[in-house]
Amino acid sequence: MRRRIVGIETEFGLTFFPSGKAYLPMEKVIGYLFEEVIPTGWPSNAFLPNGARFYQDTGCHPEYATPECASVKAAVIHDRAGERLLESRLAPAQKKLDDEGFKGRLYAYKNNTDSMGNTYGCHENYLVDRQLDFWHLAEHMIPFFVTRQIFCGAGKVFRHNGQARFSISQRATHIHEASSSSTTSSRSIINTRDEPHADAEKYRRLHIIVGDSNMSEFTTHLKVGLTCMLLTALEEGAVLPDVTLEDAVDALRVISLDLRMKTALKLTNNRRMTALEIQWAYLEAAERHFGTKTRGVFGTLLTQWRDILTALEGDFSQLADRIDWVAKYELMHAFMRRQGCDLDDPRVAMMDLQYHDIDRSRGLFYLLEREKKMIRLSTDAQVRHAMQHAPSNTRAHIRGQFIRFAKEAGRPYSVDWTYLKLSGYFEETILCTDPFANHDPRVEELVTTATGDLYEI
Amino acid sequence: MAQKKETRHKPSEKETTEETEKPSISDKGKELTEDMDKLMDEIDDVLEKNAEEFVKNYVQKGGQ
Repeated sequence: MRRRIVGIETEFGLTFFPSGKAYLPMEKVIGYLFEEVIPTGWPSNAFLPNGARFYQDTGCHPEYATPECASVKAAVIHDRAGERLLESRLAPAQKKLDDEGFKGRLYAYKNNTDSMGNTYGCHENYLVDRQLDFWHLAEHMIPFFVTRQIFCGAGKVFRHNGQARFSISQRATHIHEASSSSTTSSRSIINTRDEPHADAEKYRRLHIIVGDSNMSEFTTHLKVGLTCMLLTALEEGAVLPDVTLEDAVDALRVISLDLRMKTALKLTNNRRMTALEIQWAYLEAAERHFGTKTRGVFGTLLTQWRDILTALEGDFSQLADRIDWVAKYELMHAFMRRQGCDLDDPRVAMMDLQYHDIDRSRGLFYLLEREKKMIRLSTDAQVRHAMQHAPSNTRAHIRGQFIRFAKEAGRPYSVDWTYLKLSGYFEETILCTDPFANHDPRVEELVTTATGDLYEI
Repeated sequence: MAQKKETRHKPSEKETTEETEKPSISDKGKELTEDMDKLMDEIDDVLEKNAEEFVKNYVQKGGQ
């Protein structure tokens, strides 16, 4: 299997709920969140010893970008490590606020919408072969990205014409174009920003901003895994189905509201297909290309994909242990049965939000996980390890090694995805343009010269 | 539409055997739904009490 670099960026919602009247600027809260993670006086932007980037993004959101991962499994684990890292910062920030007399509680949500219709994203990055024509890729992948929400959506109750309706996707209503270069004014399915953070003659970056933030590891695994598999098929010259949607943006919204999954969408070839039929067509193209007997992660993914589509054709409730929107839907409906209330009850809206609370003592997703109602792919030990250590098989390993050394030696440094720089004597900027390289003799030499001994991590 | 049928009606041998071994689709769904019902006491314990005000106040600046 061809190796691919993958990264997930997550913007978290952050709020302070005061008991009584209090005004607290979020900038102050963000400052407390980043304390200790980032040296005092630095801008809120830091690479961590695990190779990840933790920073303050547009709109005062804490954002976590995973280090470069070379497997679906690593992406799932490192995405989870980002949640734990932010969670670990909540208590110290809360304490500071308590000490200063701000009465109330701090919350962080891994979701994509607030109560006013503002959105914040979960962006996927895939390194793709520059040889592959971008518009060919976009044309063949957009119908997949539009329809994958039927198993990747995080679920959300929106109001439509004054009526509360359950939607499969949080993000669908916020996407306005099929592809564009903007991430804030006119959000698109595929963002054309092409920063490969690698040799641009060999690679380009595929930046996907249409996806929901997922709590379920299985959902993240499918989202990233199936995308990687189809990209590999395209790079290897596979023929993907001719399912170009006449209006991809409108289709996103239609599918999101169609829990019965019966609506046929118009294609440019004048045929009509449902979201499920489009997914079946992709699955069969992938099976044709890789063969149904293929082993390894692609083999597993093909089986899981088939099982999920089969389940969605029958009774979706059987996916409540693995697919976010189904878990949330079932939880809300159990609550409504018990309370005799409707979907527009404020407590249901609270559940909608609290499903995404990353504090494990409060979050409803974590309640399900604790009760063994959600399939889990990582272990606590793997996630703890990922909070401290970069993946060992990508450039992130070099970055992690360098940051760990600089921190322990008390040396000022600056780092970005493609360079490392130690300030003071031996000042040198080291370019790391190969994201697959996990070993850099210059970094080891620098570390050796500076310490007189090879620094082992 | 002809192609639609082609995509839907191709259960492999493996799939058909597996389906007879597993509990039926609706059984598993029912089981998971019952599991959710059993969690409702715990939901009552953890769900934020001032739901209406909380949700109304949850306003973020737009991100990316």
